[in-house]
Amino acid sequence: MIRLEKVYKRYADGFQALTDINLDLEAGKIHVFIGPSGCGKSTTMKLINRLITPSEGKIFIDGEDITGVNPVQLRRKIGYVIQNIGLFPHMTISENVAVVPRLLKWDEDKIQNKVNELLSLVNLPPETYKNRYPGELSGGQQQRVGVIRALAAEPDIILMDEPFSALDPISREQLQDELTNLQENIQKTIIFVTHDMDEAIKIADNIVLMKAGEVVQVGTPEQILRHPANDFVKEFIGKKRLVEHRENPFLNSFDAEGVPSVKDVMIDKPVTASPSRGLASSLNLMEQRRVDSLIIVDKNRKLLGYAPILNVLSEISDETKVLADVMQSFKFAVKPDDPFTVALEFMGQNNAPYVPVVNDANVLVGAVTRGSIVRLMSEVYPVAEEVL
Amino acid sequence: MNMITEYITFLKERYPDILARTGEHLIIVGSAVILGCIVAISTAIILTRFKDGFASSLSFGLANIFQTIPSIALLAMLIPLLGVGRNPAILALFLYSLLPLLRNTYSGIKEVDSNIIEAARGMGYSSFQRLWKIELPLARPYILSGIRLTTVYIISWTTLAAIVGAGGLGDLIIAGMANNNNFLIFTGTVSAIILALAADLILGFISKDRTIKE
Ligand SMILES: Nc1ncnc2c1ncn2[C@@H]1O[C@H](COP(=O)(O)OP(=O)(O)OP(=O)(O)O)[C@@H](O)[C@H]1O
Ligand SMILES: [Mg+2]
Repeated sequence: MIRLEKVYKRYADGFQALTDINLDLEAGKIHVFIGPSGCGKSTTMKLINRLITPSEGKIFIDGEDITGVNPVQLRRKIGYVIQNIGLFPHMTISENVAVVPRLLKWDEDKIQNKVNELLSLVNLPPETYKNRYPGELSGGQQQRVGVIRALAAEPDIILMDEPFSALDPISREQLQDELTNLQENIQKTIIFVTHDMDEAIKIADNIVLMKAGEVVQVGTPEQILRHPANDFVKEFIGKKRLVEHRENPFLNSFDAEGVPSVKDVMIDKPVTASPSRGLASSLNLMEQRRVDSLIIVDKNRKLLGYAPILNVLSEISDETKVLADVMQSFKFAVKPDDPFTVALEFMGQNNAPYVPVVNDANVLVGAVTRGSIVRLMSEVYPVAEEVL
Repeated sequence: MNMITEYITFLKERYPDILARTGEHLIIVGSAVILGCIVAISTAIILTRFKDGFASSLSFGLANIFQTIPSIALLAMLIPLLGVGRNPAILALFLYSLLPLLRNTYSGIKEVDSNIIEAARGMGYSSFQRLWKIELPLARPYILSGIRLTTVYIISWTTLAAIVGAGGLGDLIIAGMANNNNFLIFTGTVSAIILALAADLILGFISKDRTIKE
């Protein structure tokens, strides 16, 4: 367990980088530090391996105050992935990975096995990559080597400063999966710095959210998503994720206010088209998005009407026709703050597949569809887990 | 045609002398540069360990002063102190070698990417291991190019050392001027040039960076 107690850091130039940091980081868990650039994530992380000394306060590892520990010995026991990769350019990949085991005077056979094992783990076949120099690897490959270098000596604590930032989305996801799988077996204490909220939600057991040198909120991803401490956290998490995870708060509103409103139910990106769109390309768009009608809006997204697929098909042979020629107008539209039952009632009575949602200026903001109703129902009546 | 055969005869006659002067020349250059390396490189390493710039500006200032004294003047100034002969020449040339060696070593080490230094500290290298395994190897091209540069121009300046009786290829030139013997002057000059080119080539080969294969 790592414990930071009343830690302050003021840099030599007088900059106050950290203010009153108190953290208990449980052993065997992945702790993700997240926050905007310059908020002090790296600084906090580097306190733990004494690359940075606190101006005030104490840091304990397993109850031992680390100011009493020889920093060189301490660092050999803590894996470290530096923010900017920092491979040694004059050493081969295998020498790079073997740095800490060599410092710890491991047996050469054991070192070689470890190097091979780790290189394979991150999809860098040892035969190909072992004897290359870092300059002969791509940025993403270098970053993977940076990660396994930190794992090589099997430390109990691993500090990773934005370890996946240079990877393409696919390898990043892959390494995230790899890390969480690995963690199930090895149960290290991992401190992981990132900017990426999706990454944090995916891998964290515990998220430490920071802002301007202070800790704003600490909690599991669930806790943070469900109970963001303040507006900063909400904004940082992002509307999209909050909405995704708002299923339950939303249900609460269902209980409290009786009926959710249209804006809680609607999809906010219905398939739209402009009135001057040709019919063939409209048909194509419908196929792609798997819809049987297009909502037609002008360039200010004011609602004009809709074009059902049958109308489009019946005129398709006429190349001069556009959507405006086959358009029908809506009999009905709802406002975001209407109770969603209004939409439901209309759809039921008219057998309409959806209802457009417009604001007071007649600008399209979404649509209530059958699909969105089904989603709502599944939340109200969740699959029989509770019964089991 | 005539001149060439004459020159060949000249070479046949005088080659033991020429070789001996070349040998002296090399000894003077070698001693000055090796001494310079020992002093300048270790001073530079020590200077990089200081955080504040005072010690380094002091040393650079000092080395700079030696550098600006005209070489003939420096040699002349050393005669009353050390007399004539090889040693004062080596001392003077050694003083000249300090600045470029110091500067290249110092900036070579200072210029190692700070991320790499941080990674090395974070991995648990002790400060000495870091110097030996990371900083010096990475500064190597700089240091070697400093040595190369220094060696080349010390070779040419060593011809001046003959005026304080140090020997070397300068002897041939001075003797040639005294006896109005152009072959001697020519041989002395060309040999110094060949030595300089050879040193440049060899040291250039050694300092080539081999971590990036093409
Ligand atoms: N050596 C230093 N001297 C002065 N200020 C520093 C020093 N190192 C960092 N800072 C400042 O401290 C603050 C926190 O830096 P830190 O590196 O911890 O940020 P971070 O949260 O890791 O940011 P990023 O996400 O961009 O890596 C920044 O404003 C930075 O400018
Ligand atoms: Mg950082």
